[in-house]
Amino acid sequence: MKTGQGSIELAGIGKSYDGETFAVQGINLKIPDGAYCCFLGPSGCGKSTILRMVAGHEDPTEGKILIGGENVVGMAPIERRTAMMFQSYALFPHLSVRDNIAFALRVRGLSKQERYAKADAMIEKVHLGEFANRLPAQLSGGQQQRVALARAAITEPRVLLLDEPLSALDEHLRIKMRDELRRMQQDLGITFIHVTHTQMEAIALADQVVVMDKGVIRQSGTAREIYSAPRDRYVAEFIGGQNVLSGRIDTISGARARMGGASFGEIAIPLPDRHRLAEGQKLDIAIRRDDIDLRPVGDRAGLPDSATSIVGRVTGIEYQGNYVKVQLDAAEDGSFVSFMPERKFYQAGFTVGDAVLAVWEIEHTQLLA
Amino acid sequence: MTTANPTSTKPQSAKSGHAIRPRAKGRPWTFYVLAGFFALYVIALYGPMISIYILSFQDLRGGLVFPMRGVSLHWFDELFSQTRTGDFAGSFRRSIGLAALVTVCTVLFSFMAGLAFRRRFKGDTVVFYLMIASLVAPGLVLGIGIGIGFQLLGIQTSWYTSALGAQLSWTLPFGILVMFAVMSVFNDDWEEAARDLGATRWQTIKMVVLPILAPGLVAVALFGFTLSYDEFARTLQTAGPLNTLPLEIWSMTLNVTSPALYALGTVSTVVSFVVIGLSLTLIGRIRRKRSARVQPDA
Repeated sequence: MKTGQGSIELAGIGKSYDGETFAVQGINLKIPDGAYCCFLGPSGCGKSTILRMVAGHEDPTEGKILIGGENVVGMAPIERRTAMMFQSYALFPHLSVRDNIAFALRVRGLSKQERYAKADAMIEKVHLGEFANRLPAQLSGGQQQRVALARAAITEPRVLLLDEPLSALDEHLRIKMRDELRRMQQDLGITFIHVTHTQMEAIALADQVVVMDKGVIRQSGTAREIYSAPRDRYVAEFIGGQNVLSGRIDTISGARARMGGASFGEIAIPLPDRHRLAEGQKLDIAIRRDDIDLRPVGDRAGLPDSATSIVGRVTGIEYQGNYVKVQLDAAEDGSFVSFMPERKFYQAGFTVGDAVLAVWEIEHTQLLA
Repeated sequence: MTTANPTSTKPQSAKSGHAIRPRAKGRPWTFYVLAGFFALYVIALYGPMISIYILSFQDLRGGLVFPMRGVSLHWFDELFSQTRTGDFAGSFRRSIGLAALVTVCTVLFSFMAGLAFRRRFKGDTVVFYLMIASLVAPGLVLGIGIGIGFQLLGIQTSWYTSALGAQLSWTLPFGILVMFAVMSVFNDDWEEAARDLGATRWQTIKMVVLPILAPGLVAVALFGFTLSYDEFARTLQTAGPLNTLPLEIWSMTLNVTSPALYALGTVSTVVSFVVIGLSLTLIGRIRRKRSARVQPDA
């Protein structure tokens, strides 16, 4: 079923509902054919608007949408060969599972026999055989989602668009359906665009994660790039798992610099090859929470040159199973956190109120734009 | 509070010393007082109507009051053969015809208004309040107004023009309000999903919107029909030279003193019940047809 035409290019897309303010603006993005792409952002960031424009349910105010190299602006969804799965699933309540799935074939004028044969094949594919004659209201949330997926897939789209597909499910089912979505995408071999506000969902599923905020793209890349090398403070804080520190560069010497901040004293940071940083400049940095090691304050003198450290007081301890979340009062907002391996934490035996040394490798620091 | 103990004295009856113990010594006396009051209410509500139905089955000697004098269908026969009792058959036909016209218009416009009012549009509040205003305006005054208006324009009032308009001022707001309630459970994503799957606008209406809204539309039709069928105030000055059934009954009360009047009441009640029965059966059939597809999982 692979078409080789499911690559998407958004060229300078903007959407304004009132002609003055833009819900999204200046969106430039390439999604390769057969990729699983997640748009990630808080509600109201414009991610659903982009999805609906790709789907053909809204027209962009400016810019082009290319699918398989062809500008599809102004075309109907069926002409674009896109299919959308709605957040509410939008299953037709008066039609059985089979009739829901066969709907696209019915409007094309296929005979009852033909369309039921095709629908039944699709029903088998999503393991709904025993539910074919039920009404949507008689299905569980997970089953409804599979019907919605099958109904969209039967049109043989080259792009499948999913609007918050997992938000209506409970936690347990969400993880199960996540796997199913991924498997379905590999089966069909088509491009999936999935809109979500849940970071873990995007990171677990996507080949390409697009982080959005207030109508613009903040960063686009693989899940690992987004997680381990966030471009700016917004991405680092939204994805989570990062300690973000703000400070001012005191001195620069070769590939290292020293940065001072009100809440943490002074630390060493790495400098990229062709940096344009100057002494006295303000800077945000991020260090992954699982890269932070906690030691007694007395260890400071014996640290290797490759490491840097700050001193903080433990303000909170939260047991998480395989790690312990330890909060220190070292960042401006009091949210400097170390994810310490569980065994190591209990060997060290820190308690709330202790002064500790937070240590990390200088090279693990990420400079934010 | 000792809510855990079911036989404990309720606080409000503690002072009197007569504890109300639910289900211990039967029902409290208040139950019988209220039940008696309710029974009186039901008798007052249905008693006169039922008396009329019974008295309509008297024979030739029958009068307007009890006791019954014989049992026959004589007065029904008299009703259908146009005699001194008035033009029953004609007015009945006109009422049914008018009610059918009103029903069709009400369903059509309510359906379209229901779809339109899902989104805000310019002047939507004005349109809405205009509609409500015609609902709360006194019917008689509204009818007189329309009658005079027709007179000024030199157009003859008749049941299928001026009366139709006057009745729509009453049934349309009702129909649209019912439609709003129906539309409140309508998910706009259904339409968009149909479009996404390649349906044209007309296919979307035919295959998705109408079937989903069908039970609600039957309810609107039922409203339209019954409101029109016994409408009096708005019709009085707008029906023109030929009476509708309620107008005919009213004029008959002024000059007919035979049980034929009662027979007329019986017949028009039967028609109402038939219409309601048909509507409910239709709604039931739509429901059953849908769940019938749910065969036991073989």
